[in-house]
Amino acid sequence: MSERTDRHSSAPAVTRPSVVQAVARGRRRSASRRRLVVLILAVLVVAGFAVTLMFGQTFYPPRDVVRVILGEQVPGASFTVGRLRLPRAVLAVVAGFSFGLAGVTFQTMLRNPLASPDIIGISWGASAAAAIAIVSLSLGGTQVSILAIVSALAVALLVYTLAFRDGVVGTRLILIGIGISAMLESITSYVLSRAAEWDLQEALRWLTGSLNGTTWEQALPALVALVVLTPVLLAKSRDLSAMRLGDDTASALGVRVERTRVTVIVAAVGLIAFATSAAGPIAFVAFLSGPIAARLVGAGGSLLVPAGLVGALLVLVADFAGQFAFDVRYPVGVVTGVLGAPYLVYLIVRTHRAGGSL
Amino acid sequence: MTTSHSLVAEDLTLGYGDRVVVESLDLFVPPGEITVIVGANACGKSTLLRSLSRLLVPREGRVVLDGRQVHRMPAKELARTLGLLPQSPVAPEGITVLDLVGRGRHPHQGIFSRWNDSDDAAVAAALEATQTTDLAERAVDELSGGQRQRVWIAMALAQQTDLLLLDEPTTFLDASHQIEVLDLLTDLNHTRGTTIVMVLHDLNLAARYADHLIALADGRLHASGTPAEVLTEDNVRTVFGLDSRIIEDPVSGSPLMLPIGRHHIRPQAGEARAAASATRRAAR
Repeated sequence: MSERTDRHSSAPAVTRPSVVQAVARGRRRSASRRRLVVLILAVLVVAGFAVTLMFGQTFYPPRDVVRVILGEQVPGASFTVGRLRLPRAVLAVVAGFSFGLAGVTFQTMLRNPLASPDIIGISWGASAAAAIAIVSLSLGGTQVSILAIVSALAVALLVYTLAFRDGVVGTRLILIGIGISAMLESITSYVLSRAAEWDLQEALRWLTGSLNGTTWEQALPALVALVVLTPVLLAKSRDLSAMRLGDDTASALGVRVERTRVTVIVAAVGLIAFATSAAGPIAFVAFLSGPIAARLVGAGGSLLVPAGLVGALLVLVADFAGQFAFDVRYPVGVVTGVLGAPYLVYLIVRTHRAGGSL
Repeated sequence: MTTSHSLVAEDLTLGYGDRVVVESLDLFVPPGEITVIVGANACGKSTLLRSLSRLLVPREGRVVLDGRQVHRMPAKELARTLGLLPQSPVAPEGITVLDLVGRGRHPHQGIFSRWNDSDDAAVAAALEATQTTDLAERAVDELSGGQRQRVWIAMALAQQTDLLLLDEPTTFLDASHQIEVLDLLTDLNHTRGTTIVMVLHDLNLAARYADHLIALADGRLHASGTPAEVLTEDNVRTVFGLDSRIIEDPVSGSPLMLPIGRHHIRPQAGEARAAASATRRAAR
């Protein structure tokens, strides 16, 4: 070692305690920012949920709302809040959370904000299957959900297989997904146009997503799917964070990349399929939630829970605005579509200027 | 830390799809030393490095670390002993240096285990060793190429592995940053005894910084040994198809390769080249 003295200063062998403290401080700072953002988002979701239950054609005070939720009979409120508003609000939160969580999972895994399931055709797979099942085959309940999940998985597999050539390249997958999306969207439109007895409101559910006339039979399967599948994704959240550094780096850090990818795809597609078969492909929620959460939390930590909360909040607010902010009642998907489209244009413009990643 | 890890490849055949890239290769990585792999473009250097670190499953043969096949070891356990810095790693947009270096702790953490003091200490030590402490709060995508490379090395250091593989860690860096990175790796080797295996393009830097030099040609091991044994005019000709003269590097004493192209040749060197090609013609 002696004959190889270095020209530059040699690396210090002992770490200064001040640096360790600075590292600990920096980490605590970003962790506490994350906790604060999650807390604020959770409070806003709860507040939005409460407002949705209280306000509408008729106002019910919080006391009545709580009594209805606890199962008491309140004249008027039991029907309006218990049968109309509660399932709708629950589905808004569940679908929003599912879309946000599944969307950011795909965006993280494929390292591209355009890779969200509503852009690459997976939501459309679920939506087309649900539309065919309900409108053409007159099925209901569980059968619709099963068809939607099978179809969404099939579309995911198809897009993945078509994009596979010596490994999956993000851009190729996205372009193929956009093509498949367009095909599935026209199939959905065709199915709806053949069914004369369906009114525009119902058709819009399968084209842009809607919560109008939500029943418990629609909301509950999506809720169960969310409760079952969220822990699966959360358990993989560290592996997903490592995969943002590229598959090779993630592998070198001890992540089983292929195994993680399969688990995560199946869980995220399941979330999308159940939420879509209940609420339709609520436009752009999966696509928008992740980037918004990344802005709020910072690029460091896991985005899964923040993105889920952002999704829930987006759907709650957009649905409320769609019902009461305009002269005409718009389904929630129209409102989120108006919000999401400009961001999509911005992303495409920016991606062409420089290779963008989440 | 111990330096007694043995990493060997036995009868290794590697490929992608129908293409065989590396064929029946035997390789021994001397523990506690710096091994540099050189070879022409597309000769299988990166493929070999990927396979040594479990990223590529061998067609035939095996990679053995301390008597165990790396492709059968639990992923995280392997990642605590052997680290790899790929050629072009991806930094998520806006990620800070501190967050990126912290990712190096992944193999030391379970699904639910929380970040602890030893993680902080490892990250701090990695920042100090790479002299990136002052950059800790900066976003990685704002850094210069040299700084960014030091940060990636810091991430690999935070992994605290006794073996570190690096795929062309000096590519895209200017001369002073190349030296900076190679000095840093040498420091690491000297102070911690980390075994280092890297692919380098620059033969002269390879000869200067390597304890052990490996030359690949067409997916086969052409020569291995000390730089003086491997960097010879004959080997440069077979591996790179290039005529050259080897002299002693007046700075380091290691062999220095001077390429002989078709232009800018002094008369006497030109004669040497003419003589060399005449010998080769005669040999055929």
